[in-house]
Amino acid sequence: MLHLKSADVSYKDTPALSQITLDIPRGQKVALIGRSGAGKSTLLNLLYLQRPKDIALVPQDYGLVSSLSVFHNVYMGQLKQHPLWYNLLNLIKPLEKPVEQVKQILHLIQLTDKLFEPTGQLSGGQQQRTAIGRAIMQGGEILCADEPVSSLDEQQSKLVMALLCKRFETVVVAMHDVALAIAHCDRIVGLEDGRVTFDAVTDNLQCADLLEIFGE
Amino acid sequence: MRSPTTFNAPTCLRFLVSDVSLHHNITRFGRSPRWKVSWLFVLIALLCLPFADLGINTYDPMSELTLVFEGLLQPSFADIEQPLEALLQTIAFALLGVAFGSLLGFLLAQCFHLTIIRVLCAAVRAVHELFWALIFLQIFGLHPLTGLLAIGLPYAATFAKVYAEILEEGHRRAWETIRHHAPTRAAFFYARLPDLWPHFVTYTRYRLECGLRSSAVLGFVGLPTLGYYLSTAFMEGHYAQVGALLILFYGLIASMNYWLRPRLLPLYLLASPFVIANDNNIVFDNVRRFFTEDIVPSPLRHGGDLADLWPWLSELFTNEVLPGIVNTLLLTQIALVFTGIIALIGFPLVSGLFFNRFGRSFAHLFLVIIRSTPEYIFAFILLIFWGPSMLPAVVALALHNGAIIAHLVGRYSEALRLRADASSGINRYCYEVLPNVYNQFLAFLFYRWEIIQRESAILGILGITTLGFYIDSAIQDIRLDRAMVLIVITAGLNIFTDVLSRFIRSHLKLTTTM
Repeated sequence: MLHLKSADVSYKDTPALSQITLDIPRGQKVALIGRSGAGKSTLLNLLYLQRPKDIALVPQDYGLVSSLSVFHNVYMGQLKQHPLWYNLLNLIKPLEKPVEQVKQILHLIQLTDKLFEPTGQLSGGQQQRTAIGRAIMQGGEILCADEPVSSLDEQQSKLVMALLCKRFETVVVAMHDVALAIAHCDRIVGLEDGRVTFDAVTDNLQCADLLEIFGE
Repeated sequence: MRSPTTFNAPTCLRFLVSDVSLHHNITRFGRSPRWKVSWLFVLIALLCLPFADLGINTYDPMSELTLVFEGLLQPSFADIEQPLEALLQTIAFALLGVAFGSLLGFLLAQCFHLTIIRVLCAAVRAVHELFWALIFLQIFGLHPLTGLLAIGLPYAATFAKVYAEILEEGHRRAWETIRHHAPTRAAFFYARLPDLWPHFVTYTRYRLECGLRSSAVLGFVGLPTLGYYLSTAFMEGHYAQVGALLILFYGLIASMNYWLRPRLLPLYLLASPFVIANDNNIVFDNVRRFFTEDIVPSPLRHGGDLADLWPWLSELFTNEVLPGIVNTLLLTQIALVFTGIIALIGFPLVSGLFFNRFGRSFAHLFLVIIRSTPEYIFAFILLIFWGPSMLPAVVALALHNGAIIAHLVGRYSEALRLRADASSGINRYCYEVLPNVYNQFLAFLFYRWEIIQRESAILGILGITTLGFYIDSAIQDIRLDRAMVLIVITAGLNIFTDVLSRFIRSHLKLTTTM
């Protein structure tokens, strides 16, 4: 599904990733873990650029339009499915059908009450869930999410992770919560200083083992 | 055996050397580039002064001035129907012209990365709307299209540039996230436009205010807007009516916040075409003649070949282009420096760092009136008192532009955080405030440079021998071929100054935050 072979990335001569070889088969849920600055976001971005047209993306800074409502931001995931006139009409006056669709998604992530509020006025966690809503609205087989639950509480984090793993066949998610990664993903890829230093399936992994390596 | 003296010598020497270098560092006080550039421009203006005609040519300027002030203070609203009609025309032309301009400009902004579009816009922008009006008057006569295009075209070119800059600066994170999953146009309307919308609205609104001024001034070349009645009233000496017209105009601009409601805008736009409609038809024969005969250089029109063009051109250059350019540049450079001086004196008057709210309110009122008055109307009024020389033009340009910059710098200075024990009065001005706002001030001034030059050329229509004087005379004599050459040269001069100004701004690293 997604392949990288000896990939190198550097920002202004400082290497961010070196010699990354990664093969993610269809249906796998992969967590990229590591301390901040280890290269998680860069690797995630690299994977996304492999097939940008097939991947739903949750960027670390959410990529929301702050002056638009939650509804419009989530609806944006489906712009491709509708003709321009329909999209423009819906921008000016939310149409019944998409409102219902978006409501259903917001119900899953407990955000229904903010449907028509501009995202710029929401809290960090609410904005994060809006970005997740947009990815779910967009759908598809693959999800690339960069710290998608960093601003959510424990209960919401579990809910969102379970939801994302259910909605998308293949998932690549960068995160630093090791326990959550083990609970929801099939495979853990650990990064340190731009290199893959750990790569294993989660079946027999203990949280404690990993914490020793990548603990906060 | 070494003696102690020889041993100590190098240390002593080293001490001396370091002392010299230290001394050297202290005495070298370097003037900043902005200081040098400022004085260079002052020097240029001083050199221009002896060549500029700055005399007062009227017999008794003061009595005439007194009459006007009396008129302004005792406005007569007796014959108000005609001016009210003119006011409606002014608004309608401005609304439609700016609406057309912003729509076209918005479309052009989408492809502003193309060099051809950028060059085309720069060329259209470089020709003042009054010159556009003079051109379109030849093509369409007094048909409403003349006023509409005279405002719409140059405004579209300006909108294209500024809208493109807004699009350039807006952040693209949302757009990048969805662009692979959405059609280009839908992605633009959802992920880019909503966050940029307030910037578009603010700028378009500001341009509408400019459009009202432009629309009023178009009356001076014959359109039925405020300028038409203003010039008639002036010529006939009805100063009380002049006062009424000016007060109406200020009221219109000052009350924009109240009557310009987004909800009412569609209504206004629908009503405007009916307001500006008149009985004039477009005579297609005129349109054809303009393009195929009028603007063809006369030697070619009368069957000559390219060789005959040369004496025609060289005669035009020596008699009109050269004196026109020289006088335009003289006026521009003198007015630019006076603009700067007025802005530097004026900005503390509206800054909270120097005066309390009560004191500032008078200065604010004064500056608002001055900057709401188009420099053309200013110059027109002053010319009547002082006669045709550069003096009225310099004063009009410096006051109008100086008031604009003073307002902007004053507002900028209020954002400065002074320490609690900062000095006060003139010390505060020279030590705390001026050094902090000077970059901003220069940036604004250099932005206005090209505008001042464009206006300098235009003021020629009033009889000052800048390029506009020769253009207007050529059109009066129905020698449109000459007028077109002069207009193209004026545009070229404006583009040159625009490029030079941008070079200086980037050289001095001047940017504005507003």
